[in-house]
Amino acid sequence: MIEIRWHGRGGQGAKTAALLLADAAFAAGLYVQGFPEYGPERMGAPITAYNRLDENRIRAHSNIYDPDIVVVVDETLLGAVDVAAGLKCGGKIVVNTSRPPADVKAEFEKFFPDCGNAEIYAVDAAEISRRTLGKNLPNTPLLSVVAKLTGVLDEQKFFGVMQEAYEEKFAAKPEVIEGNMEALREAWNGAVLVNATHSPELTIEN
Amino acid sequence: MSVRGRMSGNEAAALAIRQINPDVVAAFPITPSTEIPQFVSRFVADGAVDTEFVAVESEHSAMSACMGAEAAGVRAMTATSSAGMALMYELLYVAASDRLPIVLAAVNRALTGPININTEHSDSMGARDSGWIQIYSENAQEAYDNMLMAHRIGEHEDVMLPVMICQDGFITSHAIENIETEEDAAVRAFIGTYKPQHHLLDPAESVAVGPYGVSAYVMELKRAQAYAMECAKQVILDVSFDFAQKFGRAYGLFEEYRMEDAEVGVLIIGSAAGTCKDAVDRLRERGVKAGLVKLRVFRPFPAEELAKALGGLSALAIMDRSDGFSGVGGPLGAEVRAALYSYGISKTVTTNIVYGLGGRDIRVEDFESIYGMLGSKEELPRTMYIGQRE
Repeated sequence: MIEIRWHGRGGQGAKTAALLLADAAFAAGLYVQGFPEYGPERMGAPITAYNRLDENRIRAHSNIYDPDIVVVVDETLLGAVDVAAGLKCGGKIVVNTSRPPADVKAEFEKFFPDCGNAEIYAVDAAEISRRTLGKNLPNTPLLSVVAKLTGVLDEQKFFGVMQEAYEEKFAAKPEVIEGNMEALREAWNGAVLVNATHSPELTIEN
Repeated sequence: MSVRGRMSGNEAAALAIRQINPDVVAAFPITPSTEIPQFVSRFVADGAVDTEFVAVESEHSAMSACMGAEAAGVRAMTATSSAGMALMYELLYVAASDRLPIVLAAVNRALTGPININTEHSDSMGARDSGWIQIYSENAQEAYDNMLMAHRIGEHEDVMLPVMICQDGFITSHAIENIETEEDAAVRAFIGTYKPQHHLLDPAESVAVGPYGVSAYVMELKRAQAYAMECAKQVILDVSFDFAQKFGRAYGLFEEYRMEDAEVGVLIIGSAAGTCKDAVDRLRERGVKAGLVKLRVFRPFPAEELAKALGGLSALAIMDRSDGFSGVGGPLGAEVRAALYSYGISKTVTTNIVYGLGGRDIRVEDFESIYGMLGSKEELPRTMYIGQRE
């Protein structure tokens, strides 16, 4: 089972990204869960969304406390939310940031001294989004990075699934489909590992 | 042929409504069930259903419109949650006593206050004495399947009662999960067309619906209503059997999970049953004889069957996701204990645990600790709360 926890702010699309990742993993033949944690919904408030992906039927209906992957959609959450809480040993953190890798590493070590054995990936999702979509919607590039890190489907399959998903989602405004696809393509190889560790590759275990 | 897909619990309930193609849907939006009437109005706009969608100004009116439609002789459905259901309470009783087999997609949410939008069973538990059949779902699959069975149950001539299909707000209503759905034609063949025995628009028969009940008749009418609820148990089993024959997914009044030789057990309703099953599996690997009973049908209440299923346990935790404020726990605790007592079960020690109020999460580890407590030699508290800060 792969468990993923998304940390973002209301309006940044963390929930949408989690639901789309569930779609993609479903297309890869997996059992999936994609769900947000709901509260008073306010633009800008910290929000959490979750994914479980497994080869077997998923029954648990609790939130995720020991994730394999943590996604930080908004780096201003660092210091306000304990984003790395419970991250599994050898887990992965994906951060949306424009800062250089060394800064990102230092930042995480400052806030989360225990995540030394996690692989930390930095991606400038905001910049990719502005370039490809003309506005700051970081969830789309992040979705691509996370999908790649899960290893549940290859590049070609992922882009094929997402093309179909966007055609359905944006049936009323097809002009945005290509920009979203471009954002995914740019981000697939756009994340940088800021700390070199040799943790084992994430695999689906039961 | 079943179709494998993935969707949220609300999408699953809405898909069932599209396939059922009811004559009338009257609804007023309330979180977390809002999406259901939203989907239905889209189906109507797209011509995917023949349904008359009545956008009413309150849940009181939604249920009133459904009652009018059913009394006229057609299928009517609605969806609601929490305060919306509370605003329907008056009409819930009327719909049941008028023997109108309306189907309601209930997405469980806490009743205010404090105001909260998350899962709790206080809304439908508050309606437990209204005369509605209540069937609860663990996940999107069960929400869909229960919806497909609802009309066959409620409209059966031995029953003629409204049916509430419940699922947990957000936890299943807004979570994407894998699901198997059935083809439209197969669903429609399973459900069949509605031929009410009596209805207002029948030119061959004059009937009155909802007249004043004088004292000379009310007892008889209420006894008949109670008898219909008693009959519903067998009808639910028969319809569920037929459903399993057609679609391959089997349901009973409740699900017994690893109960064959269980010594310690949990009885629970809704989505947390899945979380509890993971705990049972973990404990079984460690040699603990743990089991789970997930109640599917709360009304009619399967007292005798539950007593039989639970009577072999040495200790049982009855889990309530609503507080009855009786001072002695929740409604499920009271009814399960009454069932055990009525059927002479005295060796099973019970505790009634209130959990998950206002969407408070419950984890696999929480269930492991509950089973640990049941297996210990210590005396069990009669009532307790878990998951809250002291």
